[in-house]
Amino acid sequence: MTEIFWMIPFFPALGSLVLVLLGHKLSKKHVSFIACSTIFISLCISVISFAGLLKIGAENYPLVKKLFTWIPTHGFKADFSLQFDPLSAIMVLIVTVVGFLIHIYSTGYMAEDKSYSRYFAYLNLFTFAMLILVMASNIVLMFVGWEGVGLCSYLLIGFWFEKHSAAQAGKKAFIVNRIGDAAFLIGILFIFFHIGSGEFTAINTAISRGSISTGFATVVGILLFAGATGKSAQIPLYVWLPDAMEGPTPVSAFIHAATMVTAGVYMVARMNFLYSFSGTASHIIAFIGALTAIYAATMALTQNDIKRVLAYSTISQIGYMFIGCGVGAYSAGMFHLYTHAFFKSLLFLAAGSVMHALSGEADMRKMGGLKKYLPITYPAFLIGAIAISGIPFFSGFFSKDAILTKAFTNGQYFVWTIGVLGTILTAFYMFRLIFLTFHGKERITPEAKMLLHESPPVMTVPLVILAFFSVVAGYAGVPAVFGKKLDWFSCFLQPIFSRGREVHVSLGAELALILISSFLAILGLYLAYLSYIKRPQFPHTFATRFPFIYRLLYNKYYVDEAYDALFVRPLVRGSEQIYNKFDLKIIDGAVNETASATGSFGKLICYLQTGFIKDYALVFLLGVALFLGYLLF
Amino acid sequence: MIQPIYFIILSLIIFVLGIIAFFIKRDLITMFMAVEVMLNAANLAFIALTKAIGIIDGQIIVLFVITVAAAEAAVGLAIILLIFRQKKTIRTEDIQVMKG
Repeated sequence: MTEIFWMIPFFPALGSLVLVLLGHKLSKKHVSFIACSTIFISLCISVISFAGLLKIGAENYPLVKKLFTWIPTHGFKADFSLQFDPLSAIMVLIVTVVGFLIHIYSTGYMAEDKSYSRYFAYLNLFTFAMLILVMASNIVLMFVGWEGVGLCSYLLIGFWFEKHSAAQAGKKAFIVNRIGDAAFLIGILFIFFHIGSGEFTAINTAISRGSISTGFATVVGILLFAGATGKSAQIPLYVWLPDAMEGPTPVSAFIHAATMVTAGVYMVARMNFLYSFSGTASHIIAFIGALTAIYAATMALTQNDIKRVLAYSTISQIGYMFIGCGVGAYSAGMFHLYTHAFFKSLLFLAAGSVMHALSGEADMRKMGGLKKYLPITYPAFLIGAIAISGIPFFSGFFSKDAILTKAFTNGQYFVWTIGVLGTILTAFYMFRLIFLTFHGKERITPEAKMLLHESPPVMTVPLVILAFFSVVAGYAGVPAVFGKKLDWFSCFLQPIFSRGREVHVSLGAELALILISSFLAILGLYLAYLSYIKRPQFPHTFATRFPFIYRLLYNKYYVDEAYDALFVRPLVRGSEQIYNKFDLKIIDGAVNETASATGSFGKLICYLQTGFIKDYALVFLLGVALFLGYLLF
Repeated sequence: MIQPIYFIILSLIIFVLGIIAFFIKRDLITMFMAVEVMLNAANLAFIALTKAIGIIDGQIIVLFVITVAAAEAAVGLAIILLIFRQKKTIRTEDIQVMKG
């Protein structure tokens, strides 16, 4: 039954096609049915294929299905072929499970929207592109999916394009991503020039045969990772993700938390043979990941918009995933990707539910005390927050510890220190969010309070399911401390990551590391409790005592302004200059000059045409005389 | 019998007079008459030369020329009449709508 795996991406594509062509004629009920059922069919096929994959054994990986030859030229051949192996299988399951739940949730969240079918057409198209990305068996087809998800991200961020800020945010996301994608494309071209094929298996073989140098692997690795920093919102290209929160909240949950932004991590994991080969590229990944993890976490501390806090949190968590990949623990990175997909989409959907309850209010200063009004959203949000903070025995605890333990045992103490410090911040900003939103004094505006209600079941049921996953998902990869055979996740991925550096660590050290990070997570929680419940005036005191730090964080280190001054404005001004000097003067000038030269030559000729019959007759006479003269003499 | 050269010279004189008249006169009717004069100068040359050579082709051509000249006079005068109706003048310097 596993052979049918190649059909997985095409159901959402079909759904998208139908919705684009006929969506405006269908009722909302039919649109919802088409959108959700296509994802559901994909989900079923994914589960069947996954079950089949477990049976066939590691020696048959990866399953490849070549659909057709896509680019058949001499010396450059790319197939449209899909593959299915443990890594793809996990991504496919994440995309279809989370995608299905978010589609269901969206039917409630977007119920009042006038562009209902357009929304679902984009969402289905996104699912298709994402599935192509994770199932592609060569890097060129992967790039197609990579650009496809970028396009859908742009369309969905700017979904409410009547709003200026949303249109701007969409544009920003698109342009920032293009910068990374340019590097990614150059990386792909390098691979083609030196290896002659984009198939992952061919690249792997080329590296194990030793036919490429380490320096080449480093260059390609860094170029591909530059693409990943764009897509996965890492330093220096992270600036688009916080603005991307202008899109509908389910979109933020699906695209900008669970799936698309983790594509960079997937790509690094997929190219693990390359990164294991080049230590320098791996170090850079780990370093950038660690830097982003702590940097984004500090920015999350001062934001007042509930979705922006979650956006910075996403950037920070993806930083952790890159730490995992960078220290050679690809399965730990993927494990965090997998648990993060559940708890972060849960947090976003719960935040969406809060906003839905408050008629679209996203400012935490106008919330507070919502606990008793939202009896389902609150516990769901709480579970998500506990999971992400790394409180023991929830999913985030297992995955984050897997990463930090691997970082420590691989000797990356600097990265480990930053990661552990990030744990305090993570717990702090998440519980700050909880306390400001659900606890404390009510600061809700009277108009919002009139309409305050818990969300309908189509929205709360996905929350409950995701909350369930957020609790149990971590048990797929229980660390060795609790039993040798329990780490199913990394065993499953072992055939893919056979080159990863898996240093075995003594159980005592592992236990100590787990205790340290659990302690720090709980410390962060306690600090948040102190600052926002016990002494609510403390944050204000802190802000007035250290205005510099507060303003720096509140204004996000002025990075947007710096980029604006360094790149955007010079570019705009330069383009203006070019427009004025080159476009208007040279291009337009050439065209206009040609026209006016023709015109003035015409005017010159025009003098011959006097309108006097006698002039014409004279010319005629002279002509005849000349002709006769020529004939006679 | 008069030498044909005299006829040719006479025909040339009439033709040149026609040309001069065409260029110095300003109203269309007179210019038109000048054209008729030139046509008849040509006719004279044709007749004289065919008589001298002893063939009949030239005389037939003359008949054609006279016929065409008659038709041309009818059309030309009609055009001049119409121009006069529109412009209230037949002086050539006043008629220059074809100026570029």
